[in-house]
Amino acid sequence: MKPSPGRALAESALPPALTFVVVIALWEGLVRAFAVPKFLVPPPSDVLRAVWTERATLAGALLTTASGAGLGFLLSCSVGTSIGLVFSLSRWLERGLYPYALFLQTVPIVAVAPLLVLWFGPGLRAVAVSAFIVSVFPIIANTLAGLRSVDPRLSDLFRLYGAKLGDTVLKLRLPTAIPSIMTGFKVASGLSVIGAIVGEFVAGFAEGNAGLGITVLAAYRQLKTDLLFAAVLLASFLGLSLFALVSRLSTLLLRRLRAPG
Amino acid sequence: MLQDIDLVIEAGSFVALLGPSGCGKSTLLRFISGLDSPAAGSIALSAGAGEESASVPPKLAFVFQDAQLLPWRTVLDNVALPLELQGVSRAEARQRAHRPLAEVELSDVHERFPDQLSGGMRMRVSIARALVTEPSVLLLDEPFAALDELTRQRLDERLRKLWQTRRMTVIFVTHALAEAAFLAERALVMSRRPGRIVLDHPLQLPEERSLDLRTNVDFVAQTALLYRALQQHGALDDAPTASKAELTQ
Repeated sequence: MKPSPGRALAESALPPALTFVVVIALWEGLVRAFAVPKFLVPPPSDVLRAVWTERATLAGALLTTASGAGLGFLLSCSVGTSIGLVFSLSRWLERGLYPYALFLQTVPIVAVAPLLVLWFGPGLRAVAVSAFIVSVFPIIANTLAGLRSVDPRLSDLFRLYGAKLGDTVLKLRLPTAIPSIMTGFKVASGLSVIGAIVGEFVAGFAEGNAGLGITVLAAYRQLKTDLLFAAVLLASFLGLSLFALVSRLSTLLLRRLRAPG
Repeated sequence: MLQDIDLVIEAGSFVALLGPSGCGKSTLLRFISGLDSPAAGSIALSAGAGEESASVPPKLAFVFQDAQLLPWRTVLDNVALPLELQGVSRAEARQRAHRPLAEVELSDVHERFPDQLSGGMRMRVSIARALVTEPSVLLLDEPFAALDELTRQRLDERLRKLWQTRRMTVIFVTHALAEAAFLAERALVMSRRPGRIVLDHPLQLPEERSLDLRTNVDFVAQTALLYRALQQHGALDDAPTASKAELTQ
């Protein structure tokens, strides 16, 4: 028997909701019971109050960080997919350039961030580039893997009919690679928020509208730990939202392509 | 892998290529299709008997073991694909795809996607896709091996009818004796690796073949003959190395 949609929703949403309630209650109870100093661990009620009283600051910060992460993510999607495609077309280029693409994955972004400020000036552009650097590699790697996963017999079929390279890419390789590319996008969506926050730590000072990374730093310097918690929670909320959005788009696209998963 | 293959296949004939697994049947088929090239020897395909037509390569089509359809394309668009790849406009390709679909009796499902079809139907789409370019040579590599026996027999019968109406050259690779005997005019039995042709046998069976032919005495005798050839030459064999496959169509 198929469970009703309401029941399915309850079954999937209830356990995490329960966990949330239990953890918040424990947190509030323990902090109060042991009289933990508020600058170390503020109780959830204080964090909630901080979200409310600082709502204007936090909303602006959320928007700023979302712009940086979003821009960096879109840049990653377009550049990463293109690089993956170019690599897939030439073994020679792939061998020559892949190790340096890997460099993007391993470079400590905090160390490079000052350079980004020098190159792009403090503010949105440097933050977006930071988000891009952190999130592009999974897209390159997944695109490449996807394009390479074409069934050899389908390649034979295209070869037999003398298919042009353009047709082979558009009608066979790219559609085959979409599920894998989408996996890359999903991984990159979360990473882009991390990259944006880290970028802001170094490069986010310029504009009047400070991002969540700046909010975290400012709250830390003023020992407003409740605001710090609020900013961190908003940052992970942003990452989750971006991930959920990309997942949804991915599901719709894969359904259209009738791909499994 | 293959040895001493010297073979002439006449245009319009139906040839079954039989042999144990790994004997090189599929390799030979790939050589004929031009997808791979032999290390030594040559394959010649010609579009007709005359001198002038010898330079024009005949149109080939290949049917793989699994239907190998594109899951994101409808049945009609899958059948239209070879034409699109050859530069025919999408609209015209779709137009022309209707005819082969009708020949495999799948017109009514042309808007469905492969995952909405049974295995046998998918295979019929695959055959329609092969027919859409009006090939003069049709190569099939164990096309029905993954299907259940009844579906397979029905597809054999359909393929035989398609051949009778179109009279293209068909080379059918299989390891099923009864299937080979039912379908072909000529059966080639290959030995175990290195693959050689150990029996080249014209099948003496009626032109019109229906499903009950399989219980016919002549049919059983022909199958037995192929079976003995397969059994005798299952062993490895040391033979000279040169290999040559020649195809005149």
